[in-house]
Amino acid sequence: MKKSKAFWAYLLIGIIIYAIVQFAMSSGMIGSYYSNMLITMCINVMLAVSLHIIIGITGQFSIGHAGFMAVGAYVSAIFTMKLELPFIAAIVAAGIIALLAGLLIGIPTLRLKGDYLAIATLGFAEIIRIVILNVDYVGGAAGMTVMRETTWSYAFFAMLLTIIVISNYTKSRHGRACIAIREDEIAADAMGINTTYYKVVAFGIGAFFAGIAGAIFAHNFYIIQPGTFGFLKSFDILIYVVLGGLGSLSGSVLAAVLLTAVSTYLAEFPETRMIIYSLVLILVMLYRPTGLLGTKEITDIFKFGKKGGKNV
Amino acid sequence: MLQVNNIDVFYGNIQALHGVSLEVHEGEIVTLIGANGAGKSTLLKTLSGLLKPKSGDVMYLGNKISGKPAQTIVKAGMSHVPEGRRVFANLTVEENLDLGAYLRKDKDGIAKDLDHVYELFPRLLERKKQLSGTLSGGEQQMLAMGRALMAKPKLILMDEPSMGLAPLMVKAIFEIIKMVNAEGTTVLLVEQNAHMALSVAHRAYVLETGKIVLAGSAKELKESDEVRAAYLGGL
Repeated sequence: MKKSKAFWAYLLIGIIIYAIVQFAMSSGMIGSYYSNMLITMCINVMLAVSLHIIIGITGQFSIGHAGFMAVGAYVSAIFTMKLELPFIAAIVAAGIIALLAGLLIGIPTLRLKGDYLAIATLGFAEIIRIVILNVDYVGGAAGMTVMRETTWSYAFFAMLLTIIVISNYTKSRHGRACIAIREDEIAADAMGINTTYYKVVAFGIGAFFAGIAGAIFAHNFYIIQPGTFGFLKSFDILIYVVLGGLGSLSGSVLAAVLLTAVSTYLAEFPETRMIIYSLVLILVMLYRPTGLLGTKEITDIFKFGKKGGKNV
Repeated sequence: MLQVNNIDVFYGNIQALHGVSLEVHEGEIVTLIGANGAGKSTLLKTLSGLLKPKSGDVMYLGNKISGKPAQTIVKAGMSHVPEGRRVFANLTVEENLDLGAYLRKDKDGIAKDLDHVYELFPRLLERKKQLSGTLSGGEQQMLAMGRALMAKPKLILMDEPSMGLAPLMVKAIFEIIKMVNAEGTTVLLVEQNAHMALSVAHRAYVLETGKIVLAGSAKELKESDEVRAAYLGGL
């Protein structure tokens, strides 16, 4: 009862934020520059949260997340541009095909551990990129032109759905099993948790939402090219998760929002942009080595505040 | 209750167990002693399904369990307290205990067993909201044992519960092992601390470089010259 109350409260806050931004956009208070930044934020939050379930919750060090994003982007582009189906169908298809790609890659590679898994996933993401690069149907290296269909509403609700599904999954019995695997795989096995199954499920869910993020992304920039989904993109996503604090969903969200804002503002200084960006990362890691929020959630901090208030 | 018939276990090309056979009867405490690298932990891991034997079989309550996945074996009523405790460090004591009952669905039974674990280990009750990584070694060992008991096992496998603990704590842990056994749980105990292990066990096996070299009642082994020379400090 208490939990569901909190859930509705957060949902309400989310919808209020959505409504305010939507109003500001339609009345012209937020120009196209900032509305674009807000949509990019939503996409990056989705990518960060979908990788968070794989790395932060289940502890599987996967660094090929841009590969699933690429699958989602191209599948959705084929749906809208070649098959001329509605955008919403393209989004769903992007998620499902990315999920299948996730299972295909996850089942053989999740037997590996630590750095071996990281290298294998990185390799798979590159394979996806190279395959796309060599398929003329989707434009090869020149890329594919895509209609602009993404709006603030699509981006925001896709993000909200991602956060709701993944935070509820984490709190469920299944989520607890995934956390046990992260903490100690042998002990989790000895408790009777089917470790392979849960690793594959987490991988599938992560790939699904990365695919949806890819679909939203593809329909935001008029053109998609295989180069966009290289390993640098994978590292960007990894940085959100690590910087936010491994294991903290709100940390991933916060880091994705902050870093998107930082890199948007720095776009005005192209010569020094990467230097400043790297400095921000180094400073955070020096002073907050466990990430911005560590393993805590923003909601935990509020809870402490409430308790303190009662005692006084 | 448990019957191990002639199992061979390999790590890659290296053979860790050579034709090991042993038996555990219901209600007993059986201990397995031996030096480092003798294959004690390998044997326990094979029993609980974390490793698969290349040949031979393991029978538990009349069913063949060798080659079955770990979750099937836990479900059948055998749980494993792994070596080095392996608690889930970033989860609280209570969350750790809940995970022990992961395969059970009977909510009332779980609540009852949780109370019972807190009775056996009052220290865990005091610290139930604390992260388990912040517990002392002895408390972590208690937690690992409590977690295994939450699965409501008929047979509990314990891998070196005394490892790295102060002598007083070792004594307390062994008292609890006796209590758990008195309540009807059969115990298979792997130990390097042969003296303590033989003083609580009914029967014992001695494992050396992957082979069982001696077997008998704990009392017999305690008095045998070979065991005294090799494991009890040659008195």
